[in-house]
Amino acid sequence: MNLLQTAIDAMNLGAIYALAALGVGLIFSVMRLINFAHGELIAAVGFTVYALDGQSVWIRVGCGLLAGVALALIMERAAFRPLRGANPATLLVTSFAVSYLLQHLIVLIFGARPIGVSLMPELSDSIALGDLRLPKLEIATIAATLTLLGALVLFFRRLPLGIQMRAASEDFTMARLVGIKANKVIATAFALSGALAAFLGFYEVAQSGTISYRMGVDLVLVAFVAAVVGGMGSLSGAALGGLLVGVTSVALQTFLPAPWRPYRDAFLFGLFIVFLIGRPQGLIARKAHRERV
Amino acid sequence: MRRLEYDYLTPIILASLLALLALAVSFAAPTMQRVVTEALIYVVVVVGLYVFSGNSGVMSFGHVAFMMIAAYLSALLTLPVQKKHVLLSLTPALEHLQVSTAFSAIIACAAVGLIALLVGWPLMRLRGVVPSMATFALLIIAHVVAQNWKAVTGGRQALVGLPLDTGLWSALGCSLLAIGVAGWYQQTKQGTLLRCSRENEVAAESIGVDIARERLTAFAISASICGLGGVLFAHFLGTLNPNTFYLDTTFLTLAMLVVGGFRSLSGAVSGVLILKAVSELFRRLEEGVTLWGTDFSARAGMQEVALALIMLAILIFRPEGLLGGAEIGIAIKRRLRPRSPAGAGLQ
Repeated sequence: MNLLQTAIDAMNLGAIYALAALGVGLIFSVMRLINFAHGELIAAVGFTVYALDGQSVWIRVGCGLLAGVALALIMERAAFRPLRGANPATLLVTSFAVSYLLQHLIVLIFGARPIGVSLMPELSDSIALGDLRLPKLEIATIAATLTLLGALVLFFRRLPLGIQMRAASEDFTMARLVGIKANKVIATAFALSGALAAFLGFYEVAQSGTISYRMGVDLVLVAFVAAVVGGMGSLSGAALGGLLVGVTSVALQTFLPAPWRPYRDAFLFGLFIVFLIGRPQGLIARKAHRERV
Repeated sequence: MRRLEYDYLTPIILASLLALLALAVSFAAPTMQRVVTEALIYVVVVVGLYVFSGNSGVMSFGHVAFMMIAAYLSALLTLPVQKKHVLLSLTPALEHLQVSTAFSAIIACAAVGLIALLVGWPLMRLRGVVPSMATFALLIIAHVVAQNWKAVTGGRQALVGLPLDTGLWSALGCSLLAIGVAGWYQQTKQGTLLRCSRENEVAAESIGVDIARERLTAFAISASICGLGGVLFAHFLGTLNPNTFYLDTTFLTLAMLVVGGFRSLSGAVSGVLILKAVSELFRRLEEGVTLWGTDFSARAGMQEVALALIMLAILIFRPEGLLGGAEIGIAIKRRLRPRSPAGAGLQ
């Protein structure tokens, strides 16, 4: 029974990490940018929800979603579009700067202290099934993740824009040569990643009940790991990597001897380095991203 | 073909500039001296970072971890015995070990260089953004360990009472040393080969450059220099906690490297001076200034926002940094020497 409980926790964390990794992976796949500022999208959603305290849940959620998408689009237009085609290291440093900028803009407006917020408090209790304790939030998260993943799969398989994005992630230059509009594809990727970040923002607020300017940082660091483990640029890989990292994290938490438990993240990132050494291309390698001579 | 020209002028000019700055400020108020001392410590760190990232073209997010390790090592070696007894729980031998700060700096730098050799050995074979991600993981691991290893690092609580041995002159000496080492390294054959691999990995490999080995050498040297910077910092602040060396420091040092231009030593040093001046300006604004009879005070967070905006502007409008990879020494020589038709501009 305890094992089942752990499995559900692992699924929950895996689902969250998968969404975070997808948000990061989407953008990497079309413009080879590792977007450090993804965490600030999450924070922006959290603060939007906070600013609309007292409104109905739907307004808060809707505005949060809008804020995430809008900020992602602004970020793309202002900082990343001028640097399109720069080398990945420069892009990484740029996204680091964007992240730092947004964090401190939040500090400037709301201050550096964590703030308590409540969003959908009814999700914080749990359903008891025999010995099993099922927090409603975990069930909602898993269900929402599956829905989002299903919608994304439909989008990428069926809709023209989704197919164009897949083509662009295979080979961006070739995709442009056959008439796919670069700006449209990249903006769509940012909008989608903003929407995914919005969902993560709702989850963070509902789960922890607090927001702070650094609320997205930890999640994004793990998302990087997940996206790299899955194979940078592969979307199914990102989802798979997220799940794997979530499961590993919960497994470490459960099976590490108690004195080692506080070091869980050190073990997680240590395993990540070992993984990189053994399989730097990730689980699902993409031929298109190997450098050609 | 001309022989490779040695550029001794750049490190000499940079060193003299810093020495002049320190000399000038030694007559100024103590607060100003502290600002310049801190800038000189940042010179050590950023020049250290430059030795690896500048020459290899691989961004590292992990060098702050080396600063942290060296700082904690030095703290262990220099904290007074009673302090160690209260704050930490060490074995008696370690607890009673106490050396001078200078000696602890040497030990810390050597240890950090060795650690960099060990962890760098597998990582430096990786290509693309993967090694950058791996160095990021190093930073996080070091942070998590420092936060939780209460017996040795004191955990989240700050270590206090480190001897305050970093002054203006010791910071100047260390920054001159760092510039000297960096200037020497980039003139060696190894440094030149590493820069070849930065320009074109495949071409460098095809003429027989062992990229992994050259990167590893630079990684170890640069980690040692950053370690020295960490030790200086610890004995400048007198206190140490796991957040002293984490994401904010990483961002600030990277910003300094990128603003001046990460492909040259002159760029690294000038980036430090520019950003330090800007952040000092905004720190004063946050304290409040009176201009023409009106009180102005910037809100907390303004300094960081300004830094980030400057860095973004430079990345967007001048992605190669303000100096664009130029070295002062070479630029001056070119100005002075009449152009010879053969091999003009070949450095």
